[in-house]
Amino acid sequence: MRWLLLKDLQILRRSPLQAVLLVAYPVLIAVLVGLAVSRGPEKPRVALLNEVPTNARVSLSGKKLPSANVQRRICAKVECVHVGSRDEAMAKVESGDVLAALILPEDLVNKINSLSTLSPGTPKVEVLVNESDPLKASMVDDKIEALLAQANLTLAKRIAVEGGRYLNLVIRGGNLPVLGGGVHILGLQASAHILEAIEPALPNGPLKVALSQVTEFAKQAGENLDIAGPLINRLAQPITVEKVAVGGSSPPLETFAIAVAATLTLAFVAVLLVAGSLALEREENAFPRLTRGLVSSEALLGEKVLLGIVVGLVVTILMLAGLTIFVPLEWSRVGLWLAAIVVGGASLAAAGSALGAAAREVRAVSLLAFMVTLPVAFLSLVPAGTVGRGLYDVIKVITALFPFKPALEAMTSALEAGNGGIGAPLLHLAILAVAYALIARLALRRFTRV
Amino acid sequence: MQARGLVKRFGDREALRGVSFEAQAGELVAVIGPNGAGKTTLLSILAGIQGADGGEVETGDGAVGWVPQQAALYRRLTVEENLMLFARLEKHEDPGRSVAEMLELTGLGDRRGEIVARLSGGNQQRINIAIGLLSRPGVLLLDEPSVGLDPRQRARLWDFVAGLAGRGTTVIFSTHDIQEAERYGNRMLVLADGEALFDGSADELREAVRTEAPEAADRDFETAFVAYLHHRGH
Ligand SMILES: Nc1ncnc2c1ncn2[C@@H]1O[C@H](COP(=O)(O)OP(=O)(O)OP(=O)(O)O)[C@@H](O)[C@H]1O
Ligand SMILES: [Mg+2]
Repeated sequence: MRWLLLKDLQILRRSPLQAVLLVAYPVLIAVLVGLAVSRGPEKPRVALLNEVPTNARVSLSGKKLPSANVQRRICAKVECVHVGSRDEAMAKVESGDVLAALILPEDLVNKINSLSTLSPGTPKVEVLVNESDPLKASMVDDKIEALLAQANLTLAKRIAVEGGRYLNLVIRGGNLPVLGGGVHILGLQASAHILEAIEPALPNGPLKVALSQVTEFAKQAGENLDIAGPLINRLAQPITVEKVAVGGSSPPLETFAIAVAATLTLAFVAVLLVAGSLALEREENAFPRLTRGLVSSEALLGEKVLLGIVVGLVVTILMLAGLTIFVPLEWSRVGLWLAAIVVGGASLAAAGSALGAAAREVRAVSLLAFMVTLPVAFLSLVPAGTVGRGLYDVIKVITALFPFKPALEAMTSALEAGNGGIGAPLLHLAILAVAYALIARLALRRFTRV
Repeated sequence: MQARGLVKRFGDREALRGVSFEAQAGELVAVIGPNGAGKTTLLSILAGIQGADGGEVETGDGAVGWVPQQAALYRRLTVEENLMLFARLEKHEDPGRSVAEMLELTGLGDRRGEIVARLSGGNQQRINIAIGLLSRPGVLLLDEPSVGLDPRQRARLWDFVAGLAGRGTTVIFSTHDIQEAERYGNRMLVLADGEALFDGSADELREAVRTEAPEAADRDFETAFVAYLHHRGH
């Protein structure tokens, strides 16, 4: 068997086109996926006119925010083009050089700071939009809306804290800083104590009754307005979102993309190589010569599967190593990767051998392998819920019959913890491997014709 | 080696219709007949490549070597790699020596490192034969072995085969060439349309041809043989 394996590797080495395709194709996929997951979609260009004086600081609940921080936050989400005037911003939007312009007016910081005072103003920012490209315009809308929502939320939190402080002052008393000085506020609780102390000194009569009502109010308010504190805090973020994943967690996009790249590589190498190599035995008329006592059909199939595993393993590991240029991988899980690649490779190779036994020439077989692998891989990537239920059920059956999807599942859970167990997909792969090997063995009977 | 009443059908077509013959150790049997006569079918059944639909085959002890009509080798490997692969698969104790021996026989020693696909058809056939000889068989089946070989190489091949027969190997070969069959075969088996028309020595065949086709008796053997086949309805 090892001599056959050696022979197939020698043949592979002598077939430069095949070898280059088998290596170049996965590398290409790896690079594309790497770029895709590390770059993300392009940021929209937005003109930014910042008229806020450089020394102005947002100051809420005693904390000062450097104004550059706001600008940096904006420019992290969009590509900022700094402009000097409103006209320039307008011209850039009109010419299409930028998709939108964001104008932060001079009094923005002052208005923001006034939010936590007793006479709050309304801070405003201006957005100029070019809506000639509806798709991009909506993207800008979304970005700006998200940006504003985020800013509003941050401010609302600070304001709520500030509001809480005022309330506290009313309840418990303390110093209210006003214009550099301070005003002492008595507070409801202290007032209640004073009133209680005065009450016995008063003669019975309507005055005493009225005072006791006021005392009661101060007491009640002092005790119960405490509840308002947390209420005001809730105001800042009335609804908190708690995401609960139902029906299996989905892996992070990067891990998934890497798993797709790795599994595609493995699938193409294992299926195409094994199918082609088996068909070559027939094309070269070598099959009858080999199986006349030199090797059994089973051993020959075993050798082909081994060939698929070995070459698939090498190319896939190299591809994963190449991907680490773009994204960090957990090399500590390499044992699981190997398990996924070896079992997945065996299953894909067995499917390749069944395909290889189906046609006579290497070319026909290669085409067949492509025509089977590519659509199945594509179908395996169709997420639930994006197509009708009936259709999805059909897709589920088809993808379960070919080793691509379980190999992808095994790969995904091997790459990162928390993406589901690896046991089930490995078992699925093992069952498919046996089934395809049996089909291949049966199909080989037709090989013996001379 | 013995075959009794071999029948092989491909759909409606009967490739072999009850062919029987026997070959002794050291005998050289030539199977002759026109295209489509069933020569390849007969040899591949004897080789165990395909089963017969009727009749039976008995082989003595020892391996049955087989050289197929269509070269069975890896065109993308070198001459030496091909020979080495099969010598190893045949589990030769010293595959290197066997390879050297075959390179000597085929006269391709100086081209051992060349990719087979780049060799001429005749040279590829030499390797095809050499691979079949590697099994050191008790019975050697050669399907049109000399096709494409030049006279010198043809002589070399038959020398080697005669040497094997001299050491007790039974050789059964097919050919279209009646002269070659007469020169190298001890026995002739004439096949036409899946039927064995004749089984005997070359002299006996000449005799049969003379009786069946007297009008062609003074022509050359090949012409007379064609006339004979014609008389027998083929
Ligand atoms: N695999 C097959 N399927 C169908 N028919 C076949 C098959 N193999 C052989 N035949 C038929 O059987 C008959 C005998 O073929 P065979 O190859 O044995 O002839 P042959 O004597 O070797 O001819 P040639 O001298 O051309 O090599 C032919 O009619 C051929 O068409
Ligand atoms: Mg033939």
